Amino acid sequence: MDRELQCVIAGFGGQGSLFAGKVIATAGLIEDREVSWMPSYGPEMRGGTANCSVTLSDEPIGSPLVLHPNALIALNQPSFDKFLPTVAEGGIVVADTAMVPELREAPGVTVVGIPAAKLCEEAGIKGLGNIVLIGKLWAAFPFCGQEALEGALAQVAGKKPAMLEKNKIALELGMKA
Amino acid sequence: MAQKVLMKGNEAMAEAAMRAGCRHFFGYPITPQTEVAAYMAKMMPKVGGTYLQAESEVAAINMVYGASAAGARVMTSSSSPGISLKSEGISYMAGADLPGVIINVQRGGPGLGGIQPSQADYWQATKATGHGDFQIVVFAPSTVQEMADYAFEAFDVADRYRVPVMILADGMLGQMMEPVVLPEAIDPADLPAKPWATCGHGHARPHNVANSLYLTAAALEDLNRERYERYGAIKAAEQRAECYRTEDADIVLVAFGGAARVARSAVNAARERGIKAGLVRPITLWPFPEDTLAEALDHAKAALVVEMNMGQMVEDVRLVANGTVPVEFYGRTGGVIPAPEEVLAAVEALSGKVGE
Repeated sequence: MDRELQCVIAGFGGQGSLFAGKVIATAGLIEDREVSWMPSYGPEMRGGTANCSVTLSDEPIGSPLVLHPNALIALNQPSFDKFLPTVAEGGIVVADTAMVPELREAPGVTVVGIPAAKLCEEAGIKGLGNIVLIGKLWAAFPFCGQEALEGALAQVAGKKPAMLEKNKIALELGMKA
Repeated sequence: MAQKVLMKGNEAMAEAAMRAGCRHFFGYPITPQTEVAAYMAKMMPKVGGTYLQAESEVAAINMVYGASAAGARVMTSSSSPGISLKSEGISYMAGADLPGVIINVQRGGPGLGGIQPSQADYWQATKATGHGDFQIVVFAPSTVQEMADYAFEAFDVADRYRVPVMILADGMLGQMMEPVVLPEAIDPADLPAKPWATCGHGHARPHNVANSLYLTAAALEDLNRERYERYGAIKAAEQRAECYRTEDADIVLVAFGGAARVARSAVNAARERGIKAGLVRPITLWPFPEDTLAEALDHAKAALVVEMNMGQMVEDVRLVANGTVPVEFYGRTGGVIPAPEEVLAAVEALSGKVGE
């Protein structure tokens, strides 16, 4: 399977889309691949949404802005609606159904929904829906090795051991959901 | 080998500058260069350096002038409108032969414009960063690695020729993260002495003066001529460019910085469609890499200049081509990043026009 990942992660500010992007980018760094991470920083952020583009590739990366993602992580309805039509054919969309009540299909695109925010709340790790969705995406499309992904989580979320534990639980929840 | 780390372009430039021995940073906040100043604010106190948020851009560049005159490695950073405000001070630095590094993380213009990535300050950087007869060296990095490498090297080039040096980046490069290997740190104490600096000497020598005011026309002319001899040396020694798939290229794309990343993708897509395309990527915008470009155009049928502006570097490309091949332009402006397929369409159209 081609592991080239061109991912868009989108949600409200505070849902951790930029952070989730950083975890994925760090996994690429650990595997010594070409990596780019590009946040939205323009007027759309003022509207309360935040998104980022992440590319993991074996070739030098052109524009870091992902226009036709082969993977979309949608943390809320406006992001799902906005980015679903941009997903490339054969691509995969992972959406948090707790936040995206109206899932739609798109031709040639696999849409997977899990109630990530709700699962987190039930597991006592509220606010880690972003990491659950990374796990779910990885299970459907293993864009990097499992060790690299876990290592990335430890690097990015590892400053507080208690938080890292919760993040690990979230990743596993997603992988098994 | 040193460890690769994931860093924003803005942070990589700041860290590399500190590793080059820069211990003084004077700035004023503006998007999208914010992380340069934020990084300096956090890190400078840890190495005994100065981070100072001035009351304005004009004040900041004059602080750069002062620190440079005293012999220090010094930097300032801004985005487009802020660079306009600094341009008076940059001219004064050029007139007083003071080295220093100025970062411009470009955003859309004119005026306050927008905050999204742009390359619309090419003319300002290469032709008129202020009033008077002068040039500054302009580096145009295209990756976070190059942002670190050239922010580091900029200090050497500035000191070697006693000229201001600009790193011309854009909001895309500044905001994005990529893996980067940072340069080895230099101890500022190990840097060569600057015999011209206006630092304390205990009456050991006649005093030095940093000045750009010369009221005698003949003296000012002589000084400008001497400076242009130095510019000649810079032109001879410092032109840099990267060629990508140009050996047999019929269509030579010319692009710098962020736009070059998009152009590179378009070159690969064009090759897949059987069009012999290549890319010349100027790394120094001044001095403009005339020799490398002329060589690539020598056996080409046409050139396509791709910029995130309304067409600025295209004029320098036309000067180099000098009528030998048609030079066309494709650009997006106002903060819009061109899509690879748009550039590909322009390559295909040009290829169709100039024929087999």
